[in-house]
Amino acid sequence: MTGTMRYLQIALGVVVIAGLVLVPMNFNRYGLFILSQWAVMTIAAMGLNLTLGYAGQVSLAQGAFVGIGAYAAAIMTTQGAPLIAALVVAIILCFAVGWLLGYPALRVQHHYLAFVTLAFSTLAFLVFRNEEWLTKGIYGISNIPRPHVFGFATNRPLPFYYLCLGSLGLVSLAMWWLIRSPWGRAFLALRENPIRALSLGIDTRRYTLMAFAIGSALGGVAGTLYAPLTQYIDPVPFNLSLSLDLLMMVIVGGAGFFFGPFLGAMIAVLLPEWLRFTQGYYLMLYAIAVILLLIYSPTGILGILDRYLSERRTKTASALRAVAPSRLETAP
Amino acid sequence: MTAVLEVRNISKRFGGITAVDGVSFEVQEGEILGLIGPNGCGKSTLFNCILGQLTPSGGEVKVDGKLVTGLRASELNRLGVSRTFQLLQVFPKLSVRENLILAGQEHQGSMLSRLFGPSDAGLTEAADRMIGFFKLGHLAGEAAGGLSYGQQKLLDAAMAFMGGPRLVLLDEPAGGVNLTMLADLKERLAAINREKRATFVVIEHNMEFVMSLCSRVMVMAEGRVLAMGCPAEVRANPAVIEAYLGH
Amino acid sequence: MSNLFDLLVAGLATGAIYAVVAVGFTLLWQTSQTINFAQGEFVMLPAFLMLAAMQAGAPFWLAIVIGILLSLLLLGLGFKLLLVDPMLRHGVLPLAIATMALAIDIKEAVKQFFSAEASPFPSVVPAGDISLLGHTVSLQSIGVLVLAIVAVVGLTLFLNHTSIGHQMQATAQNPTVARIIGVPVERMILLTFLINALLVALASLLITPIYLAKFSSGEVLGQAAFIAAIVGGFNQVRGAIAGGLLIGVVDNLAAAYVSTQYRAAVPLILLIAVILFRPQGLLGRPEERTV
Repeated sequence: MTGTMRYLQIALGVVVIAGLVLVPMNFNRYGLFILSQWAVMTIAAMGLNLTLGYAGQVSLAQGAFVGIGAYAAAIMTTQGAPLIAALVVAIILCFAVGWLLGYPALRVQHHYLAFVTLAFSTLAFLVFRNEEWLTKGIYGISNIPRPHVFGFATNRPLPFYYLCLGSLGLVSLAMWWLIRSPWGRAFLALRENPIRALSLGIDTRRYTLMAFAIGSALGGVAGTLYAPLTQYIDPVPFNLSLSLDLLMMVIVGGAGFFFGPFLGAMIAVLLPEWLRFTQGYYLMLYAIAVILLLIYSPTGILGILDRYLSERRTKTASALRAVAPSRLETAP
Repeated sequence: MTAVLEVRNISKRFGGITAVDGVSFEVQEGEILGLIGPNGCGKSTLFNCILGQLTPSGGEVKVDGKLVTGLRASELNRLGVSRTFQLLQVFPKLSVRENLILAGQEHQGSMLSRLFGPSDAGLTEAADRMIGFFKLGHLAGEAAGGLSYGQQKLLDAAMAFMGGPRLVLLDEPAGGVNLTMLADLKERLAAINREKRATFVVIEHNMEFVMSLCSRVMVMAEGRVLAMGCPAEVRANPAVIEAYLGH
Repeated sequence: MSNLFDLLVAGLATGAIYAVVAVGFTLLWQTSQTINFAQGEFVMLPAFLMLAAMQAGAPFWLAIVIGILLSLLLLGLGFKLLLVDPMLRHGVLPLAIATMALAIDIKEAVKQFFSAEASPFPSVVPAGDISLLGHTVSLQSIGVLVLAIVAVVGLTLFLNHTSIGHQMQATAQNPTVARIIGVPVERMILLTFLINALLVALASLLITPIYLAKFSSGEVLGQAAFIAAIVGGFNQVRGAIAGGLLIGVVDNLAAAYVSTQYRAAVPLILLIAVILFRPQGLLGRPEERTV
């Protein structure tokens, strides 16, 4: 049974990847922009999923980290530096800031990280807005160039989309590696049962801090792609709303599930399109839907799916068990 | 010879209530010390104070001569002290083998080697050996949540031993386990004690378990040590009998 | 310096309002593990309810009564029954996140059903200045300060000197033990939600005239409440009071002495400093060891 499941999963994966590569060739400029946005937001959401879904901590600063990455990319590439250099800077900077914020906040039991990141989010926005010498303040940075990848220009929408998709792929592989490693096991332990985890020698504080720092760094990675995507940035998108949006993405998709961010980001990016007819009300409806979803399944949509599948599995198992003895009885 | 565990005058107060009141004792290498006493006498609180889950209000704890009072549970674990829990605490979503790998992975290598090294931290063999030792072989790949209560108790004990600890504190290992499993568990514990010179302190209510396994027994009542000695002595001690009957 | 005196009085006035909000926030957290990230929006909403009542023709005093009643119903009873109770069984974190979604909801609803612009709001305190200790102080500040102090003192007296108050405190400190000694814990928790609804309605009444009614003001108010609660000492009501006053004063002083651009940063930096150096807050007790 598991063999067939495995086969199906791999087949599904291949189909989806092929679809993501081939289908957009027919999209127009706008469609490709939406899809690229999805890829970039998924990267940021994956980082937040690590912090929230795997390590169980709320971060309200992921939007600010995307902002840091975006500004790093914008400032450096408009000065002529390659995007990859901005990427390195963004990763180091966001990791360090994450570590500095998390270290004191995680010493205490009370979900203080949520408040510290809330404060930091506002602080970051103030810095983006006020430090005009660096960020050009409310005037923003425009004409952000798109990078050359292995000699290919990504100025047109389709090649840039492939850059975003490729980056998403690389980040996914890195996350997959992380989750499969002993670190991933430690994350699971500290989320499920921190007392037991401690008694097994797992330094819960350090692992949580690492999860938050890595998650923040991924926010920065997303930011370095965001800047060349929109080719113009100002402080406005990087406020608390973005952090909340990313949080909702992780929650709706399913916190702690590997593909949760993919699903959540898809919903968040497409929803304004689908609900355009509701005009201003869509955010309200979305928030209410999130609350209802949370009440029914705190682990999001993938949580509902997971519950359904495991119920099917136990029903099959008990059905098999019920059949088995009768088979024995009928044997001669 | 330095005692493996030295507890001096440990006390713990919660507001107005004194749960543990100046308890002192020593455990030598290779001993199995039983800790018994009526409900509410402070046994679990004492454990939690020794193991870093609670900060004692007073007194000190030394492991192999090193002062460890108030260290976090994870630091103590890395110094070679581990425990099992009264309320079962295995990880139900992980397989039996994965539970054991988890239990052992923090005792070797570094954070970096755990990040970039193999997915099982090189512990599959050691985990399988432990599985074999505790006779859980047929369940190695099963999710721990699907095991019977007694089997989970065995897994819990196995996890406590994965890191090769010097000292293991077992909190009611026999609780809720059926007779066959119990005999297995006792036999396995005795075997590890012999082969690895591992030192145990065991909280238990099951008298037969305690008396047959332990070399010494300590009786607590109302937060204080009431009696200490070999099983036969303690069983005959009138104060001990009164403490139990009186409750 | 008369300037400093004015700033202090004004700071204490807004601080007292922050204190009222922070106390409600702390009470919710203590009695039912509810971290209400929508507390700021809770303070923003009642003013709009009152404005709606006035637009429908009610005189100011009636609008206030209606606003308070609606507050109790929606932000007290409704909040508890429709959001907190269903979510609490999932845990503290999911509930906290649900309140974040609720905050978005309230904010958007007000933006849609009222307006995205700021609206003026009448004050319960008459305008004008009076002379106090040789300085000219606005009646507004004094009035707000007095009302807020009355509320806080009233609440403290209630908690410390009535039987129900004692029961609430017992529930806040240890619900399990409270249940054992016969305190009707469920009713006490409901009472806490109702008290919070009352407190935020009062805060709304006092602060909206100053900062105008705007759908987005919840963010700043909420942040002030959280910072006040933490800086004061997360599990203490008196900590929330002290924290609120401190934040109010610091905020006002910062507005005068720090660049307008970074004025909002001062309370935030205070928060980070407290968490770094004194996580139990200024008045809190050091917690039992963290896991």
